[in-house]
Amino acid sequence: MRHIISVLMENESGALSRVAGLFSARGYNIESLTVAPTEDPTLSRMTLVTTGSEEIIEQITKQLNKLIDVVKLADITGGEHIERELMLIKVRAEDANQREEVKRMTDIFRGRVIDVKDSTFTIELTGDGAKLDAFIEAVDKKSILETVRSGATGIGRGGKCLHI
Amino acid sequence: MKLSGAEIFVQFLKDEGVKHVFGYPGGAVLHIYDALFQQEDVKHILVRHEQGGVHAADGYARSTGKPGVALVTSGPGATNAITGIATAYLDSIPLVVITGQVVSAFIGSDAFQEVDSVGISRPCVKHNFLVKDVKDLAMTLKKAFYVATTGRPGPVVVDIPKDTTDPGIKIDYEYPKEVRMRSYNPTVKGHPGQIKRAIDIITSAKRPMIYTGGGVVLSNAGDELTAFTKTLGYPITNTLMGLGAYPGTDRQFVGMLGMHGTYEANMAMHECDVLIAIGARFDDRVTGDTKQFCPKATIIHIDIDPASISKTVRVDIPIVGDIKTVMSDMNKELKAGKQKPDARALDSWWKQIEMWRSKDCLRYDRNSALIKPQFVIEKLYEVTKGDAFVTSDVGQHQMFAAQFYKFDKPRRWINSGGLGTMGFGLPAALGVKMAHPDHDVACVTGEASIQMCIQELSMALQYNLPVKVVNLNNRYMGMVRQWQEFFYDRRYSQSYMETLPDFVKLAEAYGHVGMRIEKPADVEGALKEAFAMKDRLVFLDFITDQTENVYPMIAAGKGHHEMHMSPERELA
Ligand SMILES: Cc1cc2nc3c(=O)[nH]c(=O)nc-3n(C[C@H](O)[C@H](O)[C@H](O)COP(=O)(O)OP(=O)(O)OC[C@H]3O[C@@H](n4cnc5c(N)ncnc54)[C@H](O)[C@@H]3O)c2cc1C
Ligand SMILES: Cc1ncc(C[n+]2csc(CCOP(=O)(O)OP(=O)(O)O)c2C)c(N)n1
Ligand SMILES: [Mg+2]
Repeated sequence: MRHIISVLMENESGALSRVAGLFSARGYNIESLTVAPTEDPTLSRMTLVTTGSEEIIEQITKQLNKLIDVVKLADITGGEHIERELMLIKVRAEDANQREEVKRMTDIFRGRVIDVKDSTFTIELTGDGAKLDAFIEAVDKKSILETVRSGATGIGRGGKCLHI
Repeated sequence: MKLSGAEIFVQFLKDEGVKHVFGYPGGAVLHIYDALFQQEDVKHILVRHEQGGVHAADGYARSTGKPGVALVTSGPGATNAITGIATAYLDSIPLVVITGQVVSAFIGSDAFQEVDSVGISRPCVKHNFLVKDVKDLAMTLKKAFYVATTGRPGPVVVDIPKDTTDPGIKIDYEYPKEVRMRSYNPTVKGHPGQIKRAIDIITSAKRPMIYTGGGVVLSNAGDELTAFTKTLGYPITNTLMGLGAYPGTDRQFVGMLGMHGTYEANMAMHECDVLIAIGARFDDRVTGDTKQFCPKATIIHIDIDPASISKTVRVDIPIVGDIKTVMSDMNKELKAGKQKPDARALDSWWKQIEMWRSKDCLRYDRNSALIKPQFVIEKLYEVTKGDAFVTSDVGQHQMFAAQFYKFDKPRRWINSGGLGTMGFGLPAALGVKMAHPDHDVACVTGEASIQMCIQELSMALQYNLPVKVVNLNNRYMGMVRQWQEFFYDRRYSQSYMETLPDFVKLAEAYGHVGMRIEKPADVEGALKEAFAMKDRLVFLDFITDQTENVYPMIAAGKGHHEMHMSPERELA
């Protein structure tokens, strides 16, 4: 099963490599990993997407908790939550037809064109992973020049908070 | 008080109560060595190889319960220390290892003797730190000792760039008495509800079994465990790491369990209906095939590390907490005495166990014309009245020591169980002797293992550490040979020790006493003579039977009920 694990950790150099090292040393899957400081600059928040049996996920959360730099964590997949990922995608947009088509697609997916050049458009799109996949499917494969995805971030709905 | 980083380091050790540091100098730690030179409170012990230094600090820690401290230089000093650090990590031993580092401005430039010590040690430490600013030094050291010694203990590395200890930069120093870390708060007290549930199950068992490990030793909970076991009257087994936490000579003790455990311990594991696991981590040497592990049992597990619980074997009642605290809570519940064990069921369970015990699974040929390794350990036990500190290396001799020396006290049996590090025994024994100068200390070793850290015979002379080296010399990497005999059709690939040194002369070359013993009749006399030489290190080279194997044995991946017994046993 796919799990999203949110981790609050000390914003210290080396903290990220402890997590990455843990996953490689113990052979856990890692689908994506995002990290940035929170409103409290001494804390970083990491979102990890991983897959595994219930036993493995249990070990992953225990082993993460055991890292001295980890302050708190939650497997947000357990409860109601929101998941978002950011994608920037650069597509070929040469003639008027192409440009119109890309623009239309972007609107349907509630994306935004954030850079316009003679022959390219760059689009910003957020959503869950499936939505981003769907967009990639929907545009003409040959026109895609570059994509970059942030990996998933997530947050629990309502009163459920991960803070210290 | 205004001090340089190097002076802060030394002053901090004093304030923290550290008496001994095992180390080896080099460029990156020269400022520290200069500060050590100018004081007398912290004694520095010069080892002969950094691996030996960390093992010595480790033996010191295992025998005292206090953190061991090692100091090494950058680059090769740090890499040499890694085997020692990993050894401590796998057995959860509290160590603080200080590695020198190149000047901060040079970090990352492939500078002379630069390695990424934090990166290299990361997978085998509980935690590590890099201290780039002298202002952070005292607090970081405090955190290092705190993390190493609390919760599930473990080694902590503190990497200190040379400029952090610069004698030209002095700052105010005050000993940080306390430390708090928001990200690190080990659970000490067990959940009362879980404890109650556990007591219900424990007291209603028909075929109970207590299985305890190194955690009881680490938690200094031998007394609590003994009270618990005595009150209940249940059988108890220890892992290799847990020996001595319950008296090995007591009737309720059924011996070690696992791959080379006793028949009675392993059979009782297989047949029990309630398993009470305490500070043990269900290692594969213990469980064998996890699918066949304790197939009939409800499992209770007490451990301070949640990650140890249900890691390899699913547990029914987990209790997270420190054993000493949890066991005294349990003992209170038992004393209150609402629930009592089922005396009749227990009686027939013990009858069954005594039947298994009567198989006498550790029997060996006592009439052999050759020295049997088991016999040497039995005599060692007698001569030292069962009260020595015994360290060991890794191999058959380690198993014989574990099976035949009956440890009645915790912290007396000191060996590398998790990593299985050959070379551990001698330096560990020297660390033990440093901490317990008035006690007998024996290092049980093999002719292969001893050669991995033999250079520490030199340190032993310098600091007058008269341990007794009991070399069970079978001219084979016996444990390897045994596997080749059983599983590789006797193809003894590279397991014969060619061109062995003359250990007697070698011991003498290092300034010690050497003895070679070739006949069973001479074993006891030699041991007595050696232990009578209180102020000399004696190297006893016992020429033992080359063909002896360790029994019983459960082949890797088999169940507890599928034991190989010794040929003597099968004949009987
Ligand atoms: C050649 C060889 C053969 C071996 N054969 C055997 C064998 O036949 N049988 C055998 O048993 N072993 C054997 N071993 C050793 C084996 O590899 C393991 O090292 C050993 O079984 C682990 O012991 P343990 O379960 O007691 O765990 P330890 O490694 O001692 O772990 C201690 C546990 O206690 C917990 N703990 C620590 N402190 C506390 C505290 N204060 N409160 C609560 N919990 C705490 C820890 O979290 C951990 O889970 C062999 C090793 C070698 C090298
Ligand atoms: C550093 C290291 N290398 C290799 C091994 C694998 N190994 C385990 S036991 C053993 C043989 C030990 O021989 P010896 O010290 O003579 O002990 P014996 O088994 O003969 O009693 C070896 C090579 C190990 N445990 N540690
Ligand atoms: Mg040998």
